[in-house]
Amino acid sequence: MKLKNPIVLASGIRGNSADLLIRAAMEGAGAATSKSCSLLPREGHNNPTMLDSGGVMMNAVGLSNPGVDEEKGEIARAVKEAGIPIIASIFGKSPEEFAKVAQSISEARPHMIEADISCPNIHREGMMFSSTPEDAASVVAAVREATALPISVKLSPQAADIGAVARACAESGADCITAINTMGGMFIDARARRSILHNSIGGISGPALKPVSLRCVYSIRKAVGPKMPIIGTGGVTTGIDAIEMLMAGATAVGIGSAVVLRKNAFADIAKEMESFMAESGYKSLSKIALIE
Amino acid sequence: MALPTAAKITGVERENGIVTTFTLEPEEKPHKRPEPGQFFMLWLPGFDEKPYSVAGISPLAFAVGARGPFSNKLSSLKKGDKIWLRGPYGKGFSLSGKKILLVGGGYGFAPLRFLAAEAKNKGISAIAVCGARSAGLLMKPADCKTVFTTDDGSRGIKGNAIAAAEGLFKKEKFDVVYTCGPEKMMEAAARLAKKNKADCQLLLERYMKCGIGVCGHCCCGDRLVCFDGPCFGLEILDNPDFGKFHRDKCGRKVPL
Repeated sequence: MKLKNPIVLASGIRGNSADLLIRAAMEGAGAATSKSCSLLPREGHNNPTMLDSGGVMMNAVGLSNPGVDEEKGEIARAVKEAGIPIIASIFGKSPEEFAKVAQSISEARPHMIEADISCPNIHREGMMFSSTPEDAASVVAAVREATALPISVKLSPQAADIGAVARACAESGADCITAINTMGGMFIDARARRSILHNSIGGISGPALKPVSLRCVYSIRKAVGPKMPIIGTGGVTTGIDAIEMLMAGATAVGIGSAVVLRKNAFADIAKEMESFMAESGYKSLSKIALIE
Repeated sequence: MALPTAAKITGVERENGIVTTFTLEPEEKPHKRPEPGQFFMLWLPGFDEKPYSVAGISPLAFAVGARGPFSNKLSSLKKGDKIWLRGPYGKGFSLSGKKILLVGGGYGFAPLRFLAAEAKNKGISAIAVCGARSAGLLMKPADCKTVFTTDDGSRGIKGNAIAAAEGLFKKEKFDVVYTCGPEKMMEAAARLAKKNKADCQLLLERYMKCGIGVCGHCCCGDRLVCFDGPCFGLEILDNPDFGKFHRDKCGRKVPL
């Protein structure tokens, strides 16, 4: 998968629709990831589903999506019209369900499938698949069976050893790692004596997440070696943030909350990366990483 | 942007059969002065949170039409009760022209009343058309000449708000039409404005989750109602979803 620039719209940002994926392309993204879809439609949680306290963003949307049957049509149109690689994000409650969704979404011919394994595993009392290498590998193996398309795996920072989880994914047939998903968090309103997110707990994103994502990408790069592509995602808001993510070991950089924190996020981040590279004498992106 | 802040309900007015207008006193002042057409997310802790257009700012007011579980619960609140809010969000109306026409349907008239007050402050001449199905669903007049219409003729001119607006355009010229109400009505108002070489600004509504431009749930084509809108101009007539489709709670595209 070749990108005109290393900036990728992250999953969960701006929807499931072809129109919004095409918009990301028009705004300068190098690739765009759809919001995760499941076998059946889901309504998600009641509001509030997303909050921004300035620096710390937090969400618990509840994986609302129209279901793979409808999402397929949106992805197919985006692949045809966006002019950039489209990554279709999927999730399931079990490896078998992941496989079914992967098989179905493959008919839309996305450039890559991203398995969001930071969701609860129904067989393990709701523990995330990405918590352990074994559970992560079980999903990747099932998706590998179900599709011939390249697979990326989106990891949660909440694993005892995220490097080991990434390595297990690679050994089970993953072609790419997307790291990271949000980090568990909570907001409480003292006067209301309630958690603010309707789901009580959610995931932190935005600038607050950057140190966590840098640490995770660094550990994953050490664990998987130099060849495996990594889409480093989490708190990247500026071109310098993106460069730091590449230094940590990422091959490309995911952009999420930044699309609302600044205007023209994709185009401007790309420009800022270029001017940093020119100033600092870097001739290519591949020369930036700390670990060769 | 910020987390929700608590607000005390200082006034409750039953405006008609289904609409209650609340005035609020937030514990923390909004970070900027709300403009007509902007919205706040109103939160009932532990229940749900929904977007509401600002109906006035001194004091801060919202008109709530009882039509679902959330708005019914909200409508049952009393003076002294608390609700929580965050905002203002989105792009509001921008006032321009010397003479403007406001076309409101049902409780969509509420943000236009706020706009009429702002127009008066700026010395812009405004005429409002306030329409509803029947007299019991009409909103109170704006602080400008207000023409009432009802579908059943129980008050004002019998017929819809668009017919009355058409009648006004035959008699005089308006620079801008501002409209809020059912989408089909707003579409007709936009076409009427275009036909008469006037500009148009309207307030779009979609099922909204985050309210801040991240989740993408409130899309209309490639536009986000919470982030690019809710105020849109005549260009919205070229949007493939406008007047035709919205997204349900799962994000499925369904006819309006």
